[in-house]
Amino acid sequence: MPVIRKKEKKEIGQISTSSLPDIVFMILFFFMVSTSMKETELVVKFKAPQATEIQKLENKSLVSYIYVGPPATAELRAKFGEAAKIQLNNSFSNPEQIGQFIASERDALNESDRNKMTVCLKADKDTRMGVITDIKQELRKAESYKISYAASKSVGNLK
Amino acid sequence: MAKKTPEINASSMADVAFLLLIFFLVATTMDIDSGLNRVLPPWSEEQSEAPDIKERNLMLVHVNKYDQIAVQGELVQVNQLKDRAKEWVLNRNNDKNLPEKKEENIDLIGKHAVSQGVISLQNDRGTSYEMYIKVQNELTRAFNEIRDELSKAHFGKLFNDLEKEQQDAIAKAVPMKISEAEPQNIK
Repeated sequence: MPVIRKKEKKEIGQISTSSLPDIVFMILFFFMVSTSMKETELVVKFKAPQATEIQKLENKSLVSYIYVGPPATAELRAKFGEAAKIQLNNSFSNPEQIGQFIASERDALNESDRNKMTVCLKADKDTRMGVITDIKQELRKAESYKISYAASKSVGNLK
Repeated sequence: MAKKTPEINASSMADVAFLLLIFFLVATTMDIDSGLNRVLPPWSEEQSEAPDIKERNLMLVHVNKYDQIAVQGELVQVNQLKDRAKEWVLNRNNDKNLPEKKEENIDLIGKHAVSQGVISLQNDRGTSYEMYIKVQNELTRAFNEIRDELSKAHFGKLFNDLEKEQQDAIAKAVPMKISEAEPQNIK
């Protein structure tokens, strides 16, 4: 007669978690190296237009940002209206303030880098060109000629 | 005898690392800025007329507030724009109405007929930014394709794969002349 053995429960040893910190640190370092700090909090809503022939902006420290778009939240829209606004640093601005903004951005740079300063214009795709033209005129007055129209890479053909 | 130091408990190390990780995930961005690079013309107080450019060397591109595009006064679609611009700049048949070419000696390439054409882009205040970028993009694409063709012919590679000096030579042979004109109202 066969002996019926009592089934023995196999115990699984505890999984060692001693290498977990190493793995997490590895991910941490990856993120520290590959990302950069957020500098401004957006108060405008913007969705970049698409383009195929875009170039990367090489030196981030030489880039100043101008954001254009409708106010981001419902509260701000109630206060400032639906029309596209310009954001410099962290607040809404008028086109007339661009000259001052460019001057302060330029002062923050090394003297040798000042003529390499680029303005990155991040505008919502539904913005009217009137606002953009105003900005361009102000930039020309401020003698900041290098400009980059921010756009995201489009897949396939533009229609 | 020296006292044995007790082992430090490292079990909370993972928690600390996770905390740091989450901080960096929240506080940083990964997006690389990219866009269409342009150089604005210098500001002049008296709104002077465009510098003396012969009529045949100027291609006028208008975009009105209904986002319609006109090339030399003729309505075109966005997808036709690139070929129109390319044909116009290249002027393969040396047409009298299309831009002049000037023989120039360029390092690494030698003699090359450089087109003198300037594309002037004018828009209305009511034009949408999206359309403006599309037009800019198509015009850039026209020049990039011409550059690619020339690079293929001379170096057997695409423009982006060339060495720095070779790129400079090609850029000199095919200058990207897109002018953003003084703002004016277009009907």
